[in-house]
Amino acid sequence: MPMPAESLIPNASGLITSKMMNYLGINKLEDLFSDVPDSILINEPTGIGRSLTQSEVEALYSEKLEKNISFKLSFMGGGIADHYVPPLVDELVTNQEFYSSYTPYQPEISQGILQALFEYQSLMAELLGMDVVNASLYDYASALGEAGRFSVRVTKRKKILLATTTHPERKAVLKTYMEPLDVQIVEINREASGEISFDELSASMDENVGMVYLETPNFFGVVERGIEDVADIAHSKGALLVVGTDPLLAGIVKPPGELGADVVIGEGQHLGGYMSYGGPSLGIFAVRRSFRHIRQLPGRLIGMTKTVDRRYRGYTMVLQTREQHIRQEEATSNITTNSSLMAVRAAIYLALLGPDGIRSVAEKILYNTEYLKRKLSDLPCFSVLFENSLHFKEIPVVSEIPWGEVNSWLLRNGILGAFQVSKLFPDADSTGKLGLLSTTEKHRLADLDLLLRLMEEVCS
Amino acid sequence: MNRRYVQAKWQLSEGILEPTVFELGEIGKGGVVVARVEDELRREVGELEDLIPQDLQRGAIGLPGLTEPEVARHYSHLAQMNYGVDSGPYWLGSCTMKYTPKVAMKLESHPSLRNAHPYAPEESVQGILEILYELQEMLSSITGLPKFTLQPAAGAHGELVGALIIRKRFLDLGERRDEILIPESAHGSNFASAAMAGFKVVRIPPSEEGTVDMGALRAAISERTAGMMITNPNTLGIFESDILEIADLLHSNGSYLYYDGANLNAIMGWVRLSDMGVDLAHLNVHKTFSAPHGGGGPGAGAVGVIEELADYLPVPVIVREGDTYRLDYDLPKSIGRVRMFHGNIGVLVKAWGYLKLLGSEGVRLSSGIAVLNANYVRKRLMDMGFEVPYGKDRPCKHEFVISLSRFRREYGVRALDFAKALMDRGVHPPTMYFPLIVQEAFMMEPTESDSLEELDSYVYAMGELADLARSDPDELLSAPKNTAIGRIDDSFANKRLWLSWKVYKDRESS
Repeated sequence: MPMPAESLIPNASGLITSKMMNYLGINKLEDLFSDVPDSILINEPTGIGRSLTQSEVEALYSEKLEKNISFKLSFMGGGIADHYVPPLVDELVTNQEFYSSYTPYQPEISQGILQALFEYQSLMAELLGMDVVNASLYDYASALGEAGRFSVRVTKRKKILLATTTHPERKAVLKTYMEPLDVQIVEINREASGEISFDELSASMDENVGMVYLETPNFFGVVERGIEDVADIAHSKGALLVVGTDPLLAGIVKPPGELGADVVIGEGQHLGGYMSYGGPSLGIFAVRRSFRHIRQLPGRLIGMTKTVDRRYRGYTMVLQTREQHIRQEEATSNITTNSSLMAVRAAIYLALLGPDGIRSVAEKILYNTEYLKRKLSDLPCFSVLFENSLHFKEIPVVSEIPWGEVNSWLLRNGILGAFQVSKLFPDADSTGKLGLLSTTEKHRLADLDLLLRLMEEVCS
Repeated sequence: MNRRYVQAKWQLSEGILEPTVFELGEIGKGGVVVARVEDELRREVGELEDLIPQDLQRGAIGLPGLTEPEVARHYSHLAQMNYGVDSGPYWLGSCTMKYTPKVAMKLESHPSLRNAHPYAPEESVQGILEILYELQEMLSSITGLPKFTLQPAAGAHGELVGALIIRKRFLDLGERRDEILIPESAHGSNFASAAMAGFKVVRIPPSEEGTVDMGALRAAISERTAGMMITNPNTLGIFESDILEIADLLHSNGSYLYYDGANLNAIMGWVRLSDMGVDLAHLNVHKTFSAPHGGGGPGAGAVGVIEELADYLPVPVIVREGDTYRLDYDLPKSIGRVRMFHGNIGVLVKAWGYLKLLGSEGVRLSSGIAVLNANYVRKRLMDMGFEVPYGKDRPCKHEFVISLSRFRREYGVRALDFAKALMDRGVHPPTMYFPLIVQEAFMMEPTESDSLEELDSYVYAMGELADLARSDPDELLSAPKNTAIGRIDDSFANKRLWLSWKVYKDRESS
């Protein structure tokens, strides 16, 4: 009986292996490892265990996942959320021609993925009000890290002003990425509304600042209403304005590209991706068409072009001379693998929903957010932070009862509750009472009412 | 043997194959409605215009409107105009595209995984944490490195993590070490990753054998050397037999040996990294452990370290306490965070499934046969007169590099032209023009996924092209003919920079 593994390795059958070894004039596979010092060549198998059959693998996997606690509804916030994925997205990206292809180094045989990525770049540019979007980065946080490095390359300045309402995890990643560059990061406080303080920003601006960064919605779900003013302040001293955003917000609110942002970054998981315990994710990175910016872009770019005989329109990767395999240590970033398949997901999602579909998703989220916010404020033991500001998707809720208890009660009723901020980010919540609830287009009014009813029950 | 291939091609009109979504869609048309605001909800909340300040209300969104069947057809057409590993040979040396078992593919779509929120209470995700912990254990068992993080989103992301760990370690030790040694036969991303982490890169040239030049290495090591990033087998597919001496040289200088695991698929189950003196390494989970590459990603990296460096891993790390699993954020020396959340979990579970399917013996067998396949193809090509510039008198590992410079010199046919003509014969061309130390390089990696018939037909195609280069070079220079589109003009693309539909429309009309 062959091992299950052998069914994956066509030449593992004894006869074929022997035939090939005969041709090479060897007797055993070990002979091909004669250049490995004897002292380190191992003969005993590693400790992975025996080879399982396909059905055993599936059964074991399901058995382990049964240890997870399942729930019917998720209201957990913190940067990733439970969005609806139209089945066609799954159907199309499971074409092996998409998922099992590699980086399209040979354009003629890879037109399909190249065009799909060009469409991602184009659709995302329209949505965000920008001109050029790269063909994806790892995630929102690493896009922020790359934005920091980008600003240093473009402006040759080593100071960053960062809204204190930035997601703590993204803030941490920015610090990791900037640390070797010896860049100074200064945090800018918020107003009572939860929005960035113009006064503090203006006071901190000087000719050394290369980048001003803020998020909309920010960590507390607050939509920044003064981005144009922030852009003016940043530009008055020659700094770049980088805005992080949820692309779905652009379905209803003017996108950062129309408000003066030089770079827009964000998370694309919301566009046709699953939560999947936090990954894969999709890092968005968009800039204006300024040549000096495009040359400094991190990551891969797909361009439309023509065939050599000029007869056909086609697609290919461009500006590869910025990339690691050519410029090596002079490259704009080290990115090789990105999140192409997630970008294809986003392209399909955007094409499928169209302008009206995107608007309807954004509207639904905004209605749900506003409804939850009002009703939560009415409950005796919960209050909403920055209640009078405009929130999108994420609602910061202060609880008089420890969130652990509230969440346990919700989980017992099939609901994944709030993200307890202080647990992971004590800096962002010293009270220990702050939770982030998140609502998406998936939640029907009845779902919101169920959550509210259960939260009311905890109170009483 | 004499295989021909014709790729699917859709053509709207002379000049345009498949139109873009912008040409297919219409304003005001179609679109899938996935969300509806209930009347009662609308009554409760009122009009959104009253919530959003007027100057912030979004105007028209420049997206096209398409119906569901139109979207389905469009992207199906695009898929048909693309080549994947399941289509045929895809020998991207150093990039290791191999077949992904479908049972592993299926694991990602389990609802219990898809619906898991990364900040969910640990007690509610014990199953996922257990699977990830087991994957770490399996990687430890293969490499001999005791501690792993699964967070990096890609191999190069792992390199950055590794370089940052080395940097932080020396900062903590109070030593100023700002140089990283990298052999010229390393992966291109190593240089960029080391530079991103603030290091000055010192290049180590290859010996005539194609391995690290030990004299040059000795001369390069100094009190400024923080470490060396090595790929073994290197990108020429040659095993660095001096690896133990290299490790000793570095260690006796107080430096660390970083291992680029992109080529681990040549030796997994045969050599443990720890036995080679490796202090830290990244593994390319998406290739070595068979998860597909998605046209460029998502991938997954994993970084393993010796105990001495365990405290520097990015947080959180997954730990086991009795029968429960937990995310540990309490690593005061950690380099910090490198991405949000815990890694590309959907990719990682495929690796878990692949390793369970292979088991210990399968892991060893897959490397063994990958090496056998590479040596078989290399010998056949050498017997036909193709030039192997480095290491031809010793076995290669999973890949090898041939030089086609003779064809360029004698017939004006470049590696690029060989590549384009290969496509007409139903194979994806190998990695070209890399490593930079070989002229007109073809870096070929058959992996363990191709049958003997596939290997033979690839070899046959190479022979045919060599004959054509002599007898009818124009035939190669005008290839490809059977792919969806003829030869693409890359320099035109780089001049025009039509990087989005918007930019294209503007520039075209100006």
